[in-house]
Amino acid sequence: MFKWKTDEFSWVDFTIDVLRILIVLAIVVGSWNTLSEGRISFAQWVNLFIAGLSQGSIYALIALGYTLVYGILLMINFAHGEVFMAGAFSTVFLAEALNRTGFLNQSPVLAILLMILFAGLVSMTVAILLERIAYRPLRGSPRLVPLITAIGASFFLQYTFRGLYGSGFKAYPQVKILQGALQIGSINIPTVQIFVFASALVLMFGLYWLVERSRIGKAMRAVSENKEVARLMGIDIDWVILFTFGVGGFLAGSAGVINGMFRPQGVNFFMGFIPGIKAFTAAVLGGIGNIPGAMLGGLFLGVIEAIGPNLVLAGLGIPGANQLKDVIAFTMLVLVLIFRPQGILGERLSEKKA
Amino acid sequence: MDLSRSQTRQTIITLGLLSGALILFTGAVGMIAAFHEREVVNDFITLGQLVLLITPLIFGYTAANRLGMAGEAPIVALGGGIIIGLLTALPTTIMLLFNSDEFRFLLDWSLRLAPFVAATAIAWRMHRQNAETLTVIGSWLLVAALLGIVTFSLALIFEVKGELRSVLVNINRDWVDVVTFDNRRELLTGILVFSLASVLAGFLGSLCCYVPRTPRRALFYGLSVTLLVGAFGETVRLVLQENLERDTLNQLFRRDTLRQNAALGLFVFSTVIGYLWAAFGDQARQGFQNLGGQQVQTTRMIGTVLFVALLLVLPWLIGRTLSDVAVTIGLFVLMGLGLNIAIGLAGLLDLGYVTNYAVGAYILAVMTSIGPLGLMKGVFSFWMVIPIALLAAMFAGFIFAVPVLRMRGDYLAIATLGFGEIIGKLAISDWLKPLIGGAQGVQAIPKPIFLATELKNPEQLYYIVLVACLITLFVSIRLNNSRTGRQWMAIREDEDVATAMGIDTARAKLLAFTLSAATGGVAGAIFAAKVGSVFPNSFTVFISINVLSLIIVGGIASNPGIVVGAVVLIGLPELLREFSDFRFLLYGALLIMMMINRPQGLIPTKIVTHEIRAGVKAKAAAGD
Repeated sequence: MFKWKTDEFSWVDFTIDVLRILIVLAIVVGSWNTLSEGRISFAQWVNLFIAGLSQGSIYALIALGYTLVYGILLMINFAHGEVFMAGAFSTVFLAEALNRTGFLNQSPVLAILLMILFAGLVSMTVAILLERIAYRPLRGSPRLVPLITAIGASFFLQYTFRGLYGSGFKAYPQVKILQGALQIGSINIPTVQIFVFASALVLMFGLYWLVERSRIGKAMRAVSENKEVARLMGIDIDWVILFTFGVGGFLAGSAGVINGMFRPQGVNFFMGFIPGIKAFTAAVLGGIGNIPGAMLGGLFLGVIEAIGPNLVLAGLGIPGANQLKDVIAFTMLVLVLIFRPQGILGERLSEKKA
Repeated sequence: MDLSRSQTRQTIITLGLLSGALILFTGAVGMIAAFHEREVVNDFITLGQLVLLITPLIFGYTAANRLGMAGEAPIVALGGGIIIGLLTALPTTIMLLFNSDEFRFLLDWSLRLAPFVAATAIAWRMHRQNAETLTVIGSWLLVAALLGIVTFSLALIFEVKGELRSVLVNINRDWVDVVTFDNRRELLTGILVFSLASVLAGFLGSLCCYVPRTPRRALFYGLSVTLLVGAFGETVRLVLQENLERDTLNQLFRRDTLRQNAALGLFVFSTVIGYLWAAFGDQARQGFQNLGGQQVQTTRMIGTVLFVALLLVLPWLIGRTLSDVAVTIGLFVLMGLGLNIAIGLAGLLDLGYVTNYAVGAYILAVMTSIGPLGLMKGVFSFWMVIPIALLAAMFAGFIFAVPVLRMRGDYLAIATLGFGEIIGKLAISDWLKPLIGGAQGVQAIPKPIFLATELKNPEQLYYIVLVACLITLFVSIRLNNSRTGRQWMAIREDEDVATAMGIDTARAKLLAFTLSAATGGVAGAIFAAKVGSVFPNSFTVFISINVLSLIIVGGIASNPGIVVGAVVLIGLPELLREFSDFRFLLYGALLIMMMINRPQGLIPTKIVTHEIRAGVKAKAAAGD
């Protein structure tokens, strides 16, 4: 882990190593303090862990979009958070309509399925349009060009939806069957968290099947391996790329609905920005371009975000530690980029891609 | 190059639908209704109506130009203009019908039929391309099912919600009023008027192609000057207010809008000038080029001196409100020049520039505030803290640069974005509240005092910003041609090659981040002194995006480009209040369009233009 260069002293390495030691110290001291004080019981820790898992599974769904696109185009679709927002924000109206007609509580499974499909399709449309209009003309240009385009697209989409639907917050209606909680001993798991985790798992399994077992999945893998050879094998590259954006968008949109059921504070046009960066963190954490990695990274980030502030920051005596949840996530991002840019599962990441 | 008939048809239909989509989009996000609030010429035309008319005009012109170049007969090109006008009106007309009570059934029916129609169209096309029957049927079912889900959901939403505007907030009465030219009650008349106007504009646009060049350019100058003056009527009036009698002003303006005869006069005047320029401008330019080197230099010198003199007296010419805008522009010029060192020269896409701005602002706030959070009340003056803020920002830039030295391209961008967000969250947190006030921020920051006068007006603060900008500009120009500057450019082009050439890339990058942070700190400090208080809400990612956009739009690594970019991107939304709501929408669109069509920016440097061309050529040679 520590690579001291024997021939010359590199002060960059030195500073980074100092940083590493400081962080390990902070984590150890913080956790030691918290655990020795024992302010938080075991059951509470388990609750935090499970809440983190369900939040993390939402990150994982968004992260899959980043990873799929990166795997094929080696580009970060910075506007992916807005694709997520598009689905979530559009579907809130459908959810309200379903709630008003009473359908949402009469047959919740069907209603939620409809919402997920609708949000997925809306986000898919946005993602496909984005690829077709903004990214396709730039394929093969220097790397900063598509990135700047993506930043532009991100703000364009945010303010488009602000213009279309207004700037206020809109909340998803409560679904009755998701209100309760599952009691196991002293541990209390809200049903909604189980729902979030389970539906995310189903979607991820679907994606895994699509990529590993289906014909188009095979084409996607071929294109990500080598575009030119794939083209020679008779694969329509443009169509595969469009499809990839579509699939990523669908997952993001459905994540939007699941997120809406999970977090009562509502949706607005800016809701996609922070989850977008966090999901990117998750994708990098798992090894960008790596599908199981993105799932793992998402769950991991969710758990760290839930436990980190209470374990480390509170232990260091920082007041209002939960306000700094996002700080933990972004610090995590920077740390991963510094110390392990290839991520947890990233094996095939070369210097060129990093 | 002759176009086949289908290509001609395709050009016209694509451009027409694009123009129509643009009109519907601007309407649906509320732009048209918001722009309608601003009259360009009193009781004659508003900015919203102008958008409705200019769009088909431009698209009609483009189409006719394209068709004419391809050797189509004028009658085809003119017909194309008319069709484009019709197509421009089409999407908005459909939306108007959907929105009205009488024709609401159209919405219901089209939502019911759309899946079948679309699926059949796609299946028919596949069938024509000799796809297998089973595949065709499969695709029909798939498309119908997916679209069916969407249209069913949409139908449900609109059924329950009632009016369209309970979902699409800007498809409202104001919008209907504008697009029907105030015929909301008789919708069909309104649609007719709208379509006719749009057709006329499209036709005129295509007709413009057949006007000889000189009068066409003259008309173009005249029209654009008049419309610009009209649109910025408020600003123009503020400027004239400083220099003209009240009565004269009232003859020209009615409140903030140009009077009709004033507009007519301006139009005639600027058209004549434009005509002269179009007719004899080339000769003048030729004459200038024929001058000897010595004379050109003298002319340049005189130009520069005049420009600086203009900058010096600017606050007196434009008055208080506009000076305030000028100060804001200046702050962004300052930040743009700073960030340009990282982005433009060294190619390091730093999205966390707001960090430096925040550091500068908070340092000044905490050190000079006479409120409860001030650390040394009254000890330090503004002038003493400015260097401290500069150093602190450089230090922050340094600290944040060390971890990211090894990162490249997009990873660097996201990591710096993360830094910006971290700073934002820390500023608002309870943890640092005792120090910097949390969400309440720091108040009671005294104004700078210069020779016993308190610089509290924007006219006075303007000079501080001006001096800072000029110094930065000077440093920036010198850096451009320095050894370090060349090292940065080498890193921008290829880091590996730069290392191989013996450049210490770590050192050069660190220097780039640190220097680029400096001006951000100064801008933040001046901002804090100008506002008199500092809130964490002022330091969001939007600042970084603003600065990034103005660099990209103006031209990467181009100093004049950055100044122009700041004036356009920061100044315009400040002057046109109707604009400011759509600021980031337009920035986003602008960034995308610039990257696709003109990645080198509005005022590019020679090197960057050359590099982009060389890059494209290399790509073409590699067959990528």
